Amino acid sequence: MALLSLENVHVGFGSGAKRHEVLRDIQLHLAEGEFVAIVGYSGAGKSTLLNLLAGLLQPDSGSILLRGKPAPGPGPDRGVVFQNYSLLPWLSVEENIALAVDQVFPEWKPSERAAHVRRYIEMVHLSPSALKRPGELSGGMRQRVALARALACEPAILLMDEPLGALDALTRATLQDEIVRIWLENRRTALLITNDVDEALLMADRIVPLSAGPGATLGPSVPVPLPRPRDRRSLHHHPEHKHARRTVLDYLLGPGGRPKLSVTRKLVLPDLVPEDLDGPRPALFAPPKRRATAKSETIEVH
Amino acid sequence: MIRMKRFQRFNLDSLLLPLLGVAVCLLLWQVLAGSNQRVTARDDFGDMVTVTKRVGLSKDLPSPGETWTASKNYVLQPWAKRGELDQGILAFTWLSLKLVAQGYAIALILGTPIGFCLGLSKAFAKTFDPIIQILRPVSPLAWLPLGMVLFLSVKIRVPGAAAPYTASELAAIFTVAICSMWPTVLNTAVGVRAIPQDYLNVAKVLKLSRTKTLFKVLVPATLPYMFTGFRLSLGIAWLVIVAAEMLTGRPGVGGFLWQQYNALSYAHIILCILTIGLVGYALDRLMSLIESRFKSA
Repeated sequence: MALLSLENVHVGFGSGAKRHEVLRDIQLHLAEGEFVAIVGYSGAGKSTLLNLLAGLLQPDSGSILLRGKPAPGPGPDRGVVFQNYSLLPWLSVEENIALAVDQVFPEWKPSERAAHVRRYIEMVHLSPSALKRPGELSGGMRQRVALARALACEPAILLMDEPLGALDALTRATLQDEIVRIWLENRRTALLITNDVDEALLMADRIVPLSAGPGATLGPSVPVPLPRPRDRRSLHHHPEHKHARRTVLDYLLGPGGRPKLSVTRKLVLPDLVPEDLDGPRPALFAPPKRRATAKSETIEVH
Repeated sequence: MIRMKRFQRFNLDSLLLPLLGVAVCLLLWQVLAGSNQRVTARDDFGDMVTVTKRVGLSKDLPSPGETWTASKNYVLQPWAKRGELDQGILAFTWLSLKLVAQGYAIALILGTPIGFCLGLSKAFAKTFDPIIQILRPVSPLAWLPLGMVLFLSVKIRVPGAAAPYTASELAAIFTVAICSMWPTVLNTAVGVRAIPQDYLNVAKVLKLSRTKTLFKVLVPATLPYMFTGFRLSLGIAWLVIVAAEMLTGRPGVGGFLWQQYNALSYAHIILCILTIGLVGYALDRLMSLIESRFKSA
């Protein structure tokens, strides 16, 4: 049975004529111990999807099931690493993580909790900066703290929302390796949302492409049957890698996945009123009759 | 060498330019103020007499020198108490500050939770925002009489104090509190609304309880805004106390000012104005120091 699954989920914002659908007909099943990557365009609704999985957002229709039962609201069983770190700037690294640990394991002794916090700081190699505030850390270090905080809650599933999006390429590569290393240690279920196909290929067991919005939906999932640990230098030569990469890109760049470009143009009809000689003559300063109204049409471009 | 020079210039500028400003103002004051001139003239009977005449652009305005001579006693013996309304200038300042502190404390204790409610609850904001917007611009001079009426028959005795609070004292505290509350209320509300959604998401994902969310996330995130409000509130509290003392005639800087105006002793008015300004400046500096400490945190 899937650990976490989305069934026929629709999400939209606004109502009536202004309503626009963000996600439509989302089907997603995450198995225990799996590392899944969702790859999609910016603005397609990736963060909306993550908020759904985290329980921060309720779907308009469809259901979210956690171990077959309707998922409750947000909770520490689903750890989230947000795109912009979301660390509390007035707390030190240690205090940020301790806030989460104290909340999740209230039954532990204080010394146990402190040791737990230290272990996770050690895991992301931040022990020397444990007493620093997030403002004193680089982007990569902040993201490590956020990762440590999410992992320290020992969640059943780890949700990552473009965790490396704001980092430079080199820091990104190091953190990719580190996230995979940590994941390999205990193989918890993990979901990575990213816009980088190569990142997904390096890290995930399975890639699910998300088509462009509005009304984005998930494409067919593409397995990445590459052996671990994966080496980013030799990965490209692997035939499975080439195949998976092509399949994902074909979907995202193909007709079903790529953004629908549309042009809206104004249609202006000539402002001509046929003269009616039989009718009563209009008053001298009567406002001119206007028959033409601006209309517009939207054409999809292929 | 270059660094040395820059250091010296920096010091010189920051010391000399303000002094220059003060000197220019003193000069203007001197030009504006009248002065006594002894004129020897022949009177109607043909005798030579010496008459002291006051001349100047504003004849009644005391010159800087005259102000100093008249105020010397009050400044050089700042804690002297010769009578209720004849005390050293620091003694008066202390009396005023005591009232301000009490009113200001009430303003903060009431204002901060109201601000939080306004920021957190849309319904609360919609209900009370119009009332706040109407009460906010009301002058302290308008609140004071209401305070007098309210506390006319109220007797509050603090254990250990020599005498119970008088109605005018309570009215002054009430006026300070109600006038200085608004910046704290509004800034706190703005601060609460400005809390990034990320922080609230963290609280939700961790399932923090309501009280924990309040004290671990909401209050720390709002602190910088709150302190800006506290600072503005203190400025207003100090403005209001002068007006309140003038109206009630309580001993204090404002009361002294009003009394000396009635006694035609204009030099002391200037002394009071300078004192009020200096104390206000000192309070503002103090608050901005505290504020910057919280902002950097």
